[in-house]
Formats: sequence, structure tokens, C-alpha cells
Amino acid sequence: MITKRIIPCLDVKDGRVVKGVNFAGLQDVSSPVELAEYYTRSGADELVFYDITASAEGRGLFPDILRRTASRVFIPLTVGGGINTLEDFDRVLKCGADKVSVNSGAIRNPDLIRQAALRYGSQCVVLSADVKRVDGQFRVFGRGGRDDTGMEAIGWIKHCVDLGAGEVVVNSIDTDGVKGGFDLEMLAAVCQAVKVPVIASGGAGRAEDFVRLFQTLPGVDAGLAASVFHFGEIAIPHLKAQLRQAGISVR
Amino acid sequence: MIAVIDYGVGNLFSLCRSLEAVGQTPVVTGDPAVLRRADKLFLPGVGAFADAAEKLRRTGLDRVIREEAAQGKPILGICLGMQLLFEESREFGTWQGLGLLPGKVVPMEGVVPQAYKIPHIGWNGLHFPAGRRHPLLAGVEEGDCVYFVHSFYAAECDDVVIATAEYGAQLTAAVARGNVMGCQFHPEKSGTVGLTILKTFCEGEW
Repeated sequence: MITKRIIPCLDVKDGRVVKGVNFAGLQDVSSPVELAEYYTRSGADELVFYDITASAEGRGLFPDILRRTASRVFIPLTVGGGINTLEDFDRVLKCGADKVSVNSGAIRNPDLIRQAALRYGSQCVVLSADVKRVDGQFRVFGRGGRDDTGMEAIGWIKHCVDLGAGEVVVNSIDTDGVKGGFDLEMLAAVCQAVKVPVIASGGAGRAEDFVRLFQTLPGVDAGLAASVFHFGEIAIPHLKAQLRQAGISVR
Repeated sequence: MIAVIDYGVGNLFSLCRSLEAVGQTPVVTGDPAVLRRADKLFLPGVGAFADAAEKLRRTGLDRVIREEAAQGKPILGICLGMQLLFEESREFGTWQGLGLLPGKVVPMEGVVPQAYKIPHIGWNGLHFPAGRRHPLLAGVEEGDCVYFVHSFYAAECDDVVIATAEYGAQLTAAVARGNVMGCQFHPEKSGTVGLTILKTFCEGEW
């Protein structure tokens, strides 16, 4: 039986993991390579590297970090952040990424999804959508959640899947950082609209939030989180044990 | 020497790094002379069957692979590389494969129940057909998870199936007949279970 995936997301800036990380036993908690290895050992099913680099020097470091991680970590790696062109796809895939996640780049140019799916296959193209409720409607936000695009989110996500996106990460801006659980209402709407894997993001505070997510919405394939893993608030082995106990199939 | 067949399909970075992680020094090449000298061959591949099969034909590597296989050289096909080992594929048309294994590659659509998403993406457990435990999977336990990404699967090939995955139907997960072997999943992305399989293939006598 296919298992539900648990995916830690690492924000990488100028070659280092940002957002505090708080683990005993790691010599360098800001090393993306070391942290990636740690998560892999802990049972993470996949990793997301998000490039939030500001400096030119950091842009140069990112491929090196990715290459070094991909050389030592043998689970799927997704890269996002600043993906605007096919050349960007090419650049990160050559460094060992398995999937590439697009967000603002697809809002600016939806055809990027179609072109990338044609060249690299749908399995390689992940749509990441930042979604927030505005006037009773789910809206897509761009530029890291700063710009209201005015577009209705479910229709947008469906359109991107039709263009060739092979997976969808739904990040609820409304629940993000609140740690009160995933946005089940929003995720249910997405699951109903598309047949590709849906990855829930935004709102995880406790292991029980993942249990509730997968029990309530069997259509959700994976749960993604950042700080709750980095701060050690949720330990992946413990999370998986709890999921297993609740009858949810995990690796 | 272990050679990874380079015919312009897919990204070979991860496969090479994982082979290095199990102590090999893989050579990535499309040069028939080097492939003929190699002790073992990997046939990787992602993307469309027709495109990959055409590239093998155009480069003449289809003939090299068939001849080397006939001489007993161990070959491991991965993902689309495994599918190419079969007689034909029904992926958007009918296409000829290498014909090293009996069977055909067919869409999952219509075979797996409606509720199951296609492609089959994610970690799924391996199951061994009753009484069959192939040495390639010697280090693998029943139910161990490996990483899959595919929309088509090998069918009508019961005789060569050495592992299946349950996805509303029994999907062919690994195959073997003599020196010709294949994994539908990605061992290079399947953590320690995948590395164990790669190591077993590289070090085994087939």
C-alpha cells in the first residue's frame, strides 16, 4: 500500500539553513547537507530545498549545496525558489534535484509549466500555491505570499495541473505559522478538483495535526512542514509511530 | 567496471552518486566499445517510451544491449529503463522494446481503481510472489518501501516478476530472468533499501 509522505522543508539562504534549528547531536545546525542527512536518518520521505538567497554569492553557493546533498542523501529532493525559466529547471536538475517547484514563476508565465512538463515530464513539475481567503474566496498569492493576484485558487491549481503539473503543494497562508492544524477546508477543495498528488503545507503544530489531516482527507498524499521539525517540536520517528498507531500507512 | 548507458534520456546524477555510495566507480557512456568492455550495465530512463526506444535505435545502442545481454552480461534496467527491456509498450501507441523479457508495458489507467491517482508516486511496499525470492532482493524484507514514479507498468510477464507493489492492483515492481533484471521503482531514490539492491546487483554473480 502506498504510504503517506512526511516532508521537511529547508529554507536555504546564502548556503545556510535559515529559521532557527535546534537539534542536539548536530555539529552544524545551519549546514543544509548535515540537516538533510539528519532528516533522512530520521525517516523523512522527501526533502524540499527552498532557495531564498538574496546575494549573488549565495546564488553561487546554492548549486554546490544541492550537489553535495544529492550526493549523500538518497531520497527524492525537490527544489523551489526563484524558478522562472526552463534554464532554472535545467540548472537545479543537473545538480541532483528530482523535482522542481514553481510558484511566482508560474503566475508570471503559466506556460512555463507546460514547457517544463514537456521537456522533463510531469513527475518533475510541482506547482506550489500560496492560498489565502479573501472575501470568502480562495485567492492565489504571489511573491512569497505578499501579492494578491486576484485569481481564484482552485481554478488556478486545476489549470496548472491541466498544463502538466504532476503534484501540488497547497500552502495555506491563513493557517501558516498558527500551529493550529492544517487547513482542511482548503485542502478538501483542492483534492476534489485535481487527481494528482496533493501535499499539505501550513499549520502543523503537533503530531496529531498530521493524524487528523490524513484521517480526514484520504486524498492528501503528504504533509510538509518546516519550523516544527527544525525546532524539534515534532520528531519524525515519533510522528511516524503515531501515524502508524492511528492506522495510517507510513514508511 | 560498471557502466551506466547514456543515450540522452534523463538525469544520471543520482544514479551515479548512489553507485559511488555503494563503493563503485561508474562510467557514464554511450560508447559501444566501453559498454562491451563493462562487467555490468545499467539502463536508466525517464520520460516517454517511444522517445527513449527511438534514441536507443538511432544510436545503435539497442543492438549493443541485445548482444551483450545474449552473451550473459548482467543488465539492470531502472524505471523506463526496465520497461524498455520488454517486447513492447502501449504507451500512446504501440512501440517495440528491446525484447529481452517477455511481456508488454501497459497503462495503469483502467487497471487500478478510479480512486487511485495516476501516476503512482511515492513510497510503496515490495511483496514477493509466493515461493519466489530472487537473489537481487536478498537484502530486502517483505513490505520494505521503495520510491515509485510511473503511469505505465509491465504486464503479461508473470514468469519474470520477482516483486510487486499493491496499488489497487498488483503492479510489477521488479523483474528478472537470468542476467536481465529491472526495477520499476528508483533504487537510487529509495534510501538504504535501494542502495542495498544496487550493491547486491553490483557485487553479485549473475
